[in-house]
Amino acid sequence: MADLAARGEQPEILFWVGCAGAFDDRYKRVTRAFVRILEHVGIKYAVLGMEETCTGDPAKRAGNEFLFQMQAMQNITTLDGYQIKKIVTACPHCFNTIKNEYPALGGNYEVIHHSTFLQQLINEGKVGVAGGGEFKGRRITFHDSCYLGRANNIYEAPRDVLATLDADLVEMKRSRANGLCCGAGGAQMWKEAEPGNKEVNIERTEEALFTLDGNAPALAQTRGVEDGNAGATPSPRANAQGAIIAVSCPFCMTMMSDGVKNKERESDVQVFDLAELIASAEGLNA
Amino acid sequence: MTIENIIFLLVAIIGFGLFAWQARKIRANILVGRDRDMSGNIGERLQKTLLVAFGQQKMFKRITPALLHLVVYVGFLVINIEVIEIVIDGVFGTHRFLQFLGPVYNVLMATNEILGALVIVAVIAFWWRRNVKKVRRFSGPEMRAWPRIDADMILYIEVVLMVALFVMNTSDLKWHRLQNLEMPGSFPVSSLLLGIFPSDLNLLHFLERAGWWAHIVGILIFLNYLPSSKHFHIIMAFPNVYYSRLVPQGQFSNVDSITHEVKAMMDPSYQVPAPPVGPDGSALAPTSFGAKDVEDLAWTNLLNAYSCTECGRCTASCPANITGKLLSPRKIIMDTRDRMEEKYNSPLIFQPNQYGDASKGTERVKIEADQNTLLRGKVTPEELWACTTCNACVESCPVNINPLESIIEMRRFLVLEESAAPHSLNVMFSNIENNGAPWAFSPSDRFNWADELYLAEKQAVTA
Repeated sequence: MADLAARGEQPEILFWVGCAGAFDDRYKRVTRAFVRILEHVGIKYAVLGMEETCTGDPAKRAGNEFLFQMQAMQNITTLDGYQIKKIVTACPHCFNTIKNEYPALGGNYEVIHHSTFLQQLINEGKVGVAGGGEFKGRRITFHDSCYLGRANNIYEAPRDVLATLDADLVEMKRSRANGLCCGAGGAQMWKEAEPGNKEVNIERTEEALFTLDGNAPALAQTRGVEDGNAGATPSPRANAQGAIIAVSCPFCMTMMSDGVKNKERESDVQVFDLAELIASAEGLNA
Repeated sequence: MTIENIIFLLVAIIGFGLFAWQARKIRANILVGRDRDMSGNIGERLQKTLLVAFGQQKMFKRITPALLHLVVYVGFLVINIEVIEIVIDGVFGTHRFLQFLGPVYNVLMATNEILGALVIVAVIAFWWRRNVKKVRRFSGPEMRAWPRIDADMILYIEVVLMVALFVMNTSDLKWHRLQNLEMPGSFPVSSLLLGIFPSDLNLLHFLERAGWWAHIVGILIFLNYLPSSKHFHIIMAFPNVYYSRLVPQGQFSNVDSITHEVKAMMDPSYQVPAPPVGPDGSALAPTSFGAKDVEDLAWTNLLNAYSCTECGRCTASCPANITGKLLSPRKIIMDTRDRMEEKYNSPLIFQPNQYGDASKGTERVKIEADQNTLLRGKVTPEELWACTTCNACVESCPVNINPLESIIEMRRFLVLEESAAPHSLNVMFSNIENNGAPWAFSPSDRFNWADELYLAEKQAVTA
């Protein structure tokens, strides 16, 4: 961004990478996939690079309001310094915080989550026209991120993005507004879970695997799902090329990937972010 | 005025008066909470109330209980029209005062009777779900003696009220029929019951009176039972939905006093507003950050506590609870109500809502006097730290209760006032402070993903 500003130019969008997108090895791949999509469609974008700092989301959810506001004010100063108007991010936590909590502190921007942004690109015919490519017919289930779904009512955009892949999309029993958390929100990412019977991500992964395996009856026993009779039973189908759990959040990515590893299903189930799926379908894999 | 009218008038005055007295105590309890401006947006709020409270919108996420609940709810609304008639009859000694409505009265009475019968069916189904089917969300450590007795008690009272209604109508109908007198109204259910009633006119008259008195006295007792019961939601759901949040669920409040402090730190010329002053002009003691006890919560959080019907949908959808952790959003809300009544006013003379103390099978840990607060006294930090802030509890509540807000306020107290966060969270805080990221990475490495991108692309080109 600094380079662009030095040239006296303004980007169309600022891509907010987020800490996970910048540091987490797995999510860096999502960052690069999204950047390739941006390059592919030829949109003028910028990133803050080293000037970006944590939005303060984990501090705020953990109760450290003071630290949150310090981070927020610092970021608002940076963003306003570059006269940023429009921000796109692949992290629902950054998205929620900048969109909903920064305005009261003086930071007003148009904030878009990458699922919505990708949906717009698809609607404009800029990506997704090639069809599913390698994903055609593969079984995919989408795991709703709490900070995208319940927190901000974005349920359809990620599903619309997946729909362009021409894949066999299946819904988990707990989806959309009833979706189950991956277990990492509210600063849980940085601490051990409290004692219980199970980790949240294992519960959720089991649910995803049941769904991908077409094992719906087993879901009737799922805790918290009452009156278990919704939906027809999908027939078990071979997933020759492997099934996919699609996510749109770095925390969900980590938690679901760990869950799949824990269940020793890495050989036939992969976890991908929406941006990676679209980049692959467009043949943008470097 | 007969002696019966005078007795009725007295009973009614005592009944409604006692309720008003209890309602005032609860209002006072709610007002110990922190001020929060919920004025404005009247149109949007009314629309929400219409949909969620009157329209039962969020109940319909689960169809079976929604339909059963709808029957009881509509029955309650419609049968209350008859209560108006009963009160007028009681005071003025009239009989079936509303009969001047003619055909409308026929429809009204018929609707009442059909709904009354359906209410009995629904109540039996509710009882079965609770006591035989044992729907999981009705259990849990916080559902101790009183909450369980309370739930069944309401069902029994409803049956008694409906039975009284049918005794009154059937005996009245039979009394009229036997004398070939015209009976105003239309009674599809009571007509079926005529056979099982006696044919003695005096006995029928007595039964009619008994049913009438049982119905109205039952209602007055029920009314006064409400403030001590989860069933208070039939009243509180409406204001609670009206005053519920209109912002996205992911948006947490920003603490204003901290905003001023942070702004002053970043900009020395920033003028911090003067601290609030009391009515006598003296400066008020600064309020703590977050919530330790009920008066630290906003009044809307306390209103939440009196609107909870302990249905457990929040707890059943809570990922922490599902995976066996201690957190139960319902317990947080019930604890808040119990703490208010322990510290301030209890409705009526007994204090049933303090379920924790003397109920069976629970050895209450002795709490030190200074720890006798909502936080630590009732809610443990372990419960609070198990929350993933996923909003499932908020989403699932049929009356828009927000347990998450209370959880965050108590977390704020733990972190900002006591520095009592789990160690690993303190590490995360210092990482953010020092590196601008929750992980221990150097800010100078923030752009490395791009190096790898170009590296990878270069390799792709040269390969």
